[in-house]
Formats: sequence, structure tokens, C-alpha cells
Amino acid sequence: MATDPTKLSMAQALNRALRDAMAEDETVYVFGEDVGPLGGVFRITDGLTAEFGEDRCFDTPLAESGIAGLAVGMAMNGMRPVIEMQFDAFAYPAFEQIVSHIAKLRNRTRGRVRLPIVIRVPYAGGIGGVEHHCDSSEAYYAHTPGLKVVTPATPADAYHLLREAIASDDPVVFMEPKKLYWAKEEFDPGDTSRPGIGTAVVCRPGTDATLIAYGPSVPTALEAAEAAAQEGRSLQVVDLRSIVPFDDETVCAAVRSTGRAVVVAEATGFAGVASEVVARVTERCFHSLAAPVRRVTGFDIPYPPPKLERYQLPSVDRVLDAVDDLQWEDDQ
Amino acid sequence: MADDRDLLPSEQPVQLLDASGRPVENPALPLPDNGRLLAAYTALVVGRRVNDQAGALVRQGRLAVYPSSHGQEACQVGASLVLGENDWLFPTYRDTVAVVTRGVDPVEVLTLLKGDWHSGYDPYEHRVAPQATPLATQLLHAVGVAHAARLRGEDTVVMALCGDGATSEGDFHEALNFAAVLKAPVVFFIQNNEYAISVPLARQTAAPSLAHKGIGYGINGERVDGNDAAAVLAVLGGAVEAARSGSGPQLVEAHTYRMQAHTNADDDTRYRDSDEVGPWVARDPLTRMEALLKRKRVLTRARQDEITERAEAVAAAMREGISRETDPHPSELFAHVYAEPTPQLKEQAAALADELSRESD
Repeated sequence: MATDPTKLSMAQALNRALRDAMAEDETVYVFGEDVGPLGGVFRITDGLTAEFGEDRCFDTPLAESGIAGLAVGMAMNGMRPVIEMQFDAFAYPAFEQIVSHIAKLRNRTRGRVRLPIVIRVPYAGGIGGVEHHCDSSEAYYAHTPGLKVVTPATPADAYHLLREAIASDDPVVFMEPKKLYWAKEEFDPGDTSRPGIGTAVVCRPGTDATLIAYGPSVPTALEAAEAAAQEGRSLQVVDLRSIVPFDDETVCAAVRSTGRAVVVAEATGFAGVASEVVARVTERCFHSLAAPVRRVTGFDIPYPPPKLERYQLPSVDRVLDAVDDLQWEDDQ
Repeated sequence: MADDRDLLPSEQPVQLLDASGRPVENPALPLPDNGRLLAAYTALVVGRRVNDQAGALVRQGRLAVYPSSHGQEACQVGASLVLGENDWLFPTYRDTVAVVTRGVDPVEVLTLLKGDWHSGYDPYEHRVAPQATPLATQLLHAVGVAHAARLRGEDTVVMALCGDGATSEGDFHEALNFAAVLKAPVVFFIQNNEYAISVPLARQTAAPSLAHKGIGYGINGERVDGNDAAAVLAVLGGAVEAARSGSGPQLVEAHTYRMQAHTNADDDTRYRDSDEVGPWVARDPLTRMEALLKRKRVLTRARQDEITERAEAVAAAMREGISRETDPHPSELFAHVYAEPTPQLKEQAAALADELSRESD
């Protein structure tokens, strides 16, 4: 494919991915609430109805369970639905369809029914939103066998991972960190050599400790690594990109190379994805670890109102404090 | 046995005032008395001022966002004015004016949109549930409150508000069905303002009207001109009395229009023609009621000045209250999650307190 480097925000990259997928494959259908003429409340579907017509990108009645259930039937009949849940917490009415059917129909039918559905979920906070607009709901999906759970942290990953998610024959919950929608990056949509779903990447090399992050927490981890470098400590940063499937190999190789690790996630910590990462790393890398793996997560509270949200979000200082706690004195 | 078709709404939305505020003869439904009309007009003027003041506070950056009910004030004030002290109101995010009409301090109502906390008032003080952000979920809660009231032998009626979009949610259907089966004293009041964010009613339902949805559950459905405050008062008043007297739940659809965008964060030029708004300006609920009261010589100049003054005082108190620095303390994050914080929450609260004390050193 011809290279065509272009500078896009994550929102624009997602829009471009939908447009390219719809142009390439006429079985790709986009639907949800306000995704038509409005282009979605975050404009991710901007222009798709105008370009592809009302059949290919359409507004549904306001019912998330209906949207997800409709996607099941359409997928059973040869289509690749890409559905939008307007906000993280607005996806909960669709929970039964997602957890009991989208995740399980393949298994229920011994592989006879495949459901190539992408469920796009704008998620997490940092935008001053109200209670039901800021949840980090990834653990609910990650805990459900049968769903792939993917979350990009950059425009390039947003584009490529969404293209791959749409092409996937398994359902993918595609979690979009909404506070990163507007950050821009130059990348090449035609570059097919990029690591795919199921692959984590080391996005900053380092030798002293490993920060493991995903989605909205990746920029925080990178910032923390930059700050640590100023103080002479070299932190490696791993971006998971894909929660399910999980890339044990990359994550564990990274942790073994430094011997210390901190997992950074915005979601509440208890029984969350960060806990799973700690468990996997500890099981596999115990003898390479110089200190217990630490977590920096949100507190175990409902998402706070805007005036208090800064206390909930993992900060550079909290990450650096956790790194400081990794028993460095044993090295001396 | 009553004819099933009695459950169907009237062919046209019930009107007591025409577009210019002249009374429309309706043998089945008398015009509310002058005292009630004047109270409604006062609440309309105050409600409009609350809407517009909140909009201004958003533009000044003092509120994060405001979903306005500008143009829907007849529904807002009607929903609250027909309730008695022991009744309950279950509002949505767009029903600030209904909550204010119920007697809640506007500054407390706007706590949500100022970003201080998720809800700013005590639901038990005025019997008003927190404003619902998710769609239609509150309708089932309303049925539960009404059912409990019946079990407790109270004559409480619950007014459950939702918009046209919410009627598509599963919870809407479950709420109507539960209420009908349990004979719960609930009035479901749908403000059909033609839009669910960008999606017009025609893409929301193929039913002849939203009030037609009642018959499928065995619920009496009625529709009313939502910009006619006299008709809203009369129809909702009748529905509340029917629910209170044991006739079971009632469904009322008001035909109105969302004059402004969904919120200030929305751009309605992307999905509707501005020509559409014009005819609705001519049906404004305030001017219609004002014309009626002037025609009836109930609204004197002095009284009108008094009402305006009252609305201005409410707006001034809003400006003052919203501008006041009321930042909640971060320790509150942990205080209300459980009746008794878990050991883990206590640990986390201590960690945050420690972090903040180190920051302030």
C-alpha cells in the first residue's frame, strides 16, 4: 500500500479507519445513537452517513440493548456491525447482550456462529464529565471470555487497531480513551507492518524499572518516565494496547529486563485489569523481581464529580512515588 | 366493562388555550381557576429566568454544562404544581425547572452541573429524586416508590418524567408494565420535545403517538399541548387524581419542542433546520398564559412587576450562589460509598490525606 503519512487526532484517525473500512468492505455497517447526521457526540462518525448513505451509517432508536442485539442478528446474517455506545456508563443497558450473547454465541454453537462485531466505547475520565460519562469499564468486558478488549493510546494505534478490530471474526470491545481524542500525531495509515491486536509495545526504552499502562494512562506513564529521567532514573514504558488477548511475552520480557514494575491504570484498582497484570507478572517473573509489583490506580470509589476528579486520576507524582517504593536500597 | 379504546389518547393533543392564548372550549376539562393559573404563570416566569440564567452561567464558565428546558416550561411547572406535599417527583437532567418549582433551591439543583457533586439536594426534603442522567432508569424507581407507598397505606402519587428518546429504552417498557400490573399510583409524563440529542421523533418511534404506548400495557394514555400551561395543569391534575384514587398508572405525553441545542456542547445546526424553530416561538408557553391572564384581567401591571421582581431575585441568588467557591473536600470521595467505609477505603483515604499534606508542605 502506498505510504501517506498524515497528521491526525485520535478522533480523526478513528473516523478515517471507519471510512476506509466501509469503503473497502460493503458489509461494514455503523450504527448507534446520534452517529448519523450529527456524526456522534465526539464526531467519530462525522460524514459517514453523507458519504455512504443512511443504510450504512444510521441512527437507531435510543436503546443500547437494542443496538447490541441488532448487531448480533446482523452479524449472524453476514454483516460486520460497528456499534457506538455513546458513553462508557451508557453501555450498561447493553450488558446482557454483550456478555450473554455477543461474547458467547461462538462457543454456544461450537464455532458455527461467528460475530464480527466491534463495540466502540468512549471511556474513562479527565474531561470534566458527569458521573455517567467517565467510567473505566474495561474490567467488566475483560472478565468475560469471548470478547477481545482493545484500547489505543495514540492516533496511529487507534487507526490500525480499529481496522483490525473490524476485520476480526471475533467481537471486539474497542475502548477509546476520550481524553486523548484530540491529541494529534503523524502516522502512515498504509503501514501494514504495525503490531496488531494481542501485542503490547515498549513505547519508551529504560533499564531501571518498567511502567505498564494502557489507554488513558499511557501519556501519564510516559510523562513520569520523562520526569524520572531528569532525576537519573531510567524507566521503561509498556503500552498494553490489547487487554484481551494479553501479551504475556512482551510484558514479561520487559519486566525481566528491569526487575521492577509499576502498573498504571485509571480504573478503580480492586479486581481490575491492573490486578490481573500484577498477578501474571508475579507468577511468571517472580525470580527476576527485585520488589513486589506496585499498582497506581483510581481509588475504589464511584467516579468523582468534575471538581474532584483530579484526585482520582493517576498522576505523575503517584507513579514516581510508587517507583520510589520499589526497594532500591537492596541494590546498594 | 369499560371499552378498551378508552385507554387511547384523544385524536389531537388536549388544548385549553389556542396559540394566541384565547380559551378553547373543552366541555370535559374546565380551565383551572384563576389562582392556579396565576401560580402557574408565576412559576413559568421564574422557570424561564432560571433557564436563561443557567445558560448565561455556562457562557461565563461558571457551570460546566446546562441542558435547557427553554420553551418547555409549561411541562416543567405543570409537573410539579399538580403534586401534593407527600407526592414524589422523579426528574431527568433536563428538568431543573420542575425541581425548582417543587421548591428546591436552584443553587442546590445546579450542584451537579457546577461539578461539585452528583446531586446537590436531599431527595427526602422535597420528595424529589436525584436528576437522572441515564435514560428511563428512574421510571422503575418511581414505580418502586409508588408501590411501597401503596403497601404502606399512603396516598402518595409519583410523577415520573422522561423525554421522547427515553421511551425507546427497555426500562421504559418495564416500568409501564410493572406499574400497570402492580396498579402503582404513577403518572408517567413524557415531554416529547421532538429530539433525542440529534435524533428526531420519526426515527425514534413508528407509533401514532407516544401516548398510544399506554394501551399495550393497559394504561390510560393522554396527550396534551405541552406549550399550553392551562391544559398541562388540567390534564396532569386529572391524571394525578386518577392515580391517587386507585385507577392505576397514567401516561401523559406533552407535545412540545426543544428550542435550544441538547446542551451548550451540542451543535444543532448539524441536524435541524433553523426554520423549524420559528413556529414554536409563536407557541411560547409564557406569552400564551400571559395573554390569557391579561384577557381575564387577572394579571395587573403591579402583579406582573411583582412576578418579574421575584424572577430577578431568583436569578440574582443563582448568580451569587453559583459564583461562590464551594469546592468539596477530597475526603468526601470516600465518605459516602458505603454506610461504613471498608478497611480498604479507609486506607485509601489516609493515603490521599497524606499525599495532600505533603503537597501543602
